[in-house]
Amino acid sequence: MSKFRHSFLPTVGVQEKEMLTALGIKDIDELFSDIPSKFLLKRRLKIPNGLSESEVCEKVSHSLAQNWTPRKGMSFLGGGVWPHIIPEAIKNIVNRTEFLTAYTPYQAEISQGMLQALFEYQSLMAELIELPIVNASMYDWASALGEAALLTSRITTRDSFLIPHLISPSRRAVLQTYTQPAGVKVLDIGYNRRTGQLNVEHLKELLDTKTAGVYFENPGYMGVLQDDVDAIVDIVHDAGALVVVGIDPISLGVIRPPGDYDADIVIGEGQPLGSPMNMGGPLLGIFASKDERKILRQLPGRIIGLTSTQEGDERGFVMTIQAREQHIRREKATSNICSNQAHSAITAAVYLSLLGPHGITEVGEKILQLRHYAEEQLHAVDGLKAPLFEAPHFKEFGVSIEKEQESTPPTIRDVLARIQECGILAGIPLDQSFPELGEAALVCVTETHTQEEIDKLSVGFQQALEGKP
Amino acid sequence: MKFRQAKWNEPLIFERSREGAIGYSLPDPSKTIKKLLPNPLSTIPKNLRRKVQPSLPELSEPEVVQHFTRLSQMNYSIDLGLYPLGSCTMKYNPPMNEEIIKDPNFAQAHPHQDCTTLQGILKILFELQQWLSEITGMDQHSLQPAAGAQGELAGVLIIRAFHADQGELEIRRQIIVPDSAHGTNPASAAMAGFDVVVVPSNKLGQIDIQALESAVSNQTAGLMLTNPNTLGLFEQEIETIASIVHKAGGLLYYDGANLNANLGRVRPGDMGFDIIHTNLHKTFATPHGGGGPGAGPVGVKQRLAEYLPVPVISFDGTQYYTDNTRPKSIGRLHGFHGNAAVLLKSYAYIIRMGWEGLHAVSNHAVLNANYLMKKIESIKGFSIPFAPGVWRKHEVVVSANPLERDTGVNARDVAKALLDRGLHAPTFYFPSIVEEALMIEPTETFSKAELDRFIKALTEISEQAYSDPNLVHRAPQNTAITRLDEVKAAHPRTMTLSWRMLQQRDQEI
Repeated sequence: MSKFRHSFLPTVGVQEKEMLTALGIKDIDELFSDIPSKFLLKRRLKIPNGLSESEVCEKVSHSLAQNWTPRKGMSFLGGGVWPHIIPEAIKNIVNRTEFLTAYTPYQAEISQGMLQALFEYQSLMAELIELPIVNASMYDWASALGEAALLTSRITTRDSFLIPHLISPSRRAVLQTYTQPAGVKVLDIGYNRRTGQLNVEHLKELLDTKTAGVYFENPGYMGVLQDDVDAIVDIVHDAGALVVVGIDPISLGVIRPPGDYDADIVIGEGQPLGSPMNMGGPLLGIFASKDERKILRQLPGRIIGLTSTQEGDERGFVMTIQAREQHIRREKATSNICSNQAHSAITAAVYLSLLGPHGITEVGEKILQLRHYAEEQLHAVDGLKAPLFEAPHFKEFGVSIEKEQESTPPTIRDVLARIQECGILAGIPLDQSFPELGEAALVCVTETHTQEEIDKLSVGFQQALEGKP
Repeated sequence: MKFRQAKWNEPLIFERSREGAIGYSLPDPSKTIKKLLPNPLSTIPKNLRRKVQPSLPELSEPEVVQHFTRLSQMNYSIDLGLYPLGSCTMKYNPPMNEEIIKDPNFAQAHPHQDCTTLQGILKILFELQQWLSEITGMDQHSLQPAAGAQGELAGVLIIRAFHADQGELEIRRQIIVPDSAHGTNPASAAMAGFDVVVVPSNKLGQIDIQALESAVSNQTAGLMLTNPNTLGLFEQEIETIASIVHKAGGLLYYDGANLNANLGRVRPGDMGFDIIHTNLHKTFATPHGGGGPGAGPVGVKQRLAEYLPVPVISFDGTQYYTDNTRPKSIGRLHGFHGNAAVLLKSYAYIIRMGWEGLHAVSNHAVLNANYLMKKIESIKGFSIPFAPGVWRKHEVVVSANPLERDTGVNARDVAKALLDRGLHAPTFYFPSIVEEALMIEPTETFSKAELDRFIKALTEISEQAYSDPNLVHRAPQNTAITRLDEVKAAHPRTMTLSWRMLQQRDQEI
């Protein structure tokens, strides 16, 4: 019998002895006697000694203190993970261990709470997007895009997928990882240099009988809104391809929902709906579609459905249309996804329930006002072009350093570094991912920001461009 | 103990809506800002404005809290008791971890921050990579994959990249999986563009070596295997298996779903495996959240390190940084750094346990599984197929075949009857090589008393099946709801996947 004790391990002393006796053995080691001895590890793992709970918390907090975190409202970084206000009620609800420590609701009868909450997530998101089918979540926006591309290819049996050139570099990279083995080719649609919007003429040139799907984002990576959506959707449908639209759900109180302009598939990032930034994970991949059999049969991921009891007509919820999934279809499954982001999904469900129709509209309006103000303030900064594109925006916009003929202006990285010295994270540099945009950065403004904070940002840019420390 | 789950008949959140109620409060922008743009929608082109507000429910904050709290009470969880889903490793999730991730230096960290401002978390992630390598016997890890299945995909893509690099991808089209493999294995292989070849298990529940020998060829890209396998049996011929696959030019992939049996005892890397993914939400104690998030870091032997998904967290002697410069990498799998909060929780778990604690975890997980096997063996109607007398590891697969034959009560009925006794059911009808399978993984978390409660429940169910089988067919009765009509749920005419679909159907009628 081992003398080791740990607060997470209940089996000790007499009980352990009773169990060993029941098995007719004296030592736990005997349970491993069937393992060829050459594979048994003959040394300790090179892992530190265990610590008490308070020591663990202290150690982690000490390590994390080596991060530098800007004060509230002093970060203007977005680009796929954004600062938003999180109502406190959400944390209380989703941290209830009945939700937090449950597995996938395989046993529906004893898991109705989770199933109904996930059904409500699907339903709330369906109202926001105005499409009837939403799955119970994907890992993040990026993998949702990968799955969407594969889905369009399976449905159309075509093998090219068109995406906007101005897309998040990491989202593009994940898309490549997903599509490359399936032989789906990803092609770039150019953009209008002035507006940053899709170049529709180029889209028309690219569309052919190989095009499985066309993807665009509203708002796009540069925060730009695409307004000629009806025309684009018609062009794509005329070519026999599917329309996939990427969204930021927190914009949909003010922006027209893609279901209303006939998008076939809608994907996006649900982190703005109640999840902290957490250095980029966990996130919430949104995946929605029209109610069409050909699409539904090919959808990736879990779906919760409403049904009734076998004996009687009491309402209940189950995981359904599982014949698409890996545990039933194995190599013929529509995806290998198993664990998803259910907990982030119920977080979003609580968020949308709290905000309701008025809240989701109001948060969108406030973001528009604050971003507009930031745009104006930065526009007034000498030597800075803001916004980078002449187009309507939602919560993000590009800025770039104007080139003057006589002087040599600082690089965007110099400018951002100088602003950071004042405690402000002013934006994401775009010089490496989009060198053609010049010395540019992406700035994000949300309802978390105040006028005072935005003013500090514009002073920061001004001083940095003037070369002041 | 008499179990009765809460039942609230809670309506859908939409049905609780009351016009005008609000459940939020938002700060107002300053007067200057509002004056600058009194009508925010005017900045959006008319064609792109939302014309009708979304039909979200209208509720006050206490009503929303009440609604979801009631739902939570109709949900079984690990904090309530045994949750013996096989291959799911439902173990205790330390509450300290939920506090740790609230640290603003983590929760407010943005993945696009400069590495110089993220030294604390990068150091933690770097150490986690190293510890996972030490625990699994691998050389390098990437923390990108957001779940086990994505870790598998990463692993199979590494196999693909390796053969492409050797110029052999065009011939090496096949991934071999045993018939007892998790469903994700063949699905991941197919997603990576491979054909799946299934090899049968032998009478001892282990890979049939002869069948494996005839399955491998110059077309073999790799083998996906978990050890212990899904029957909870250690693949004793692992050395031969590895040698057959390697000789054929294939790579050996380890499915880490069953790692909880091995901590400090055996390491996949030492058994000849080249690639592994680990489910942190299983072995490393992070909560499963009702379906996710998980995390599925992928580890490899040195010769495959150049293919790992990027970014990998590296250390240059003074600074921790995100290393994106691997020209042969399979690429990215996640928009940022994987499920960072899950990674942080696992880090905290590992330092809480220490090397000795991890070792004890596996010891107790295996002790618990074998104790259950021993006790269940003698319950009428249940048998333990494959390899009698061989110790199981983290899980045991029981067959309810005799019970079904004698009484008509099948594995599903047994599962549902367990729910009635305040216990979660095991995984059933998997692996498919066992008829009427009940796949049981107790983990180290539960005491002998809780295991005895499970055994008592199974005994009662057996007695009930032999005396009054209809009672068992009708189970569960003590849960929030009785058995549900799954055919109706999936039937095109009745299928209802959202409130929106429900409303549309009602309008049609």
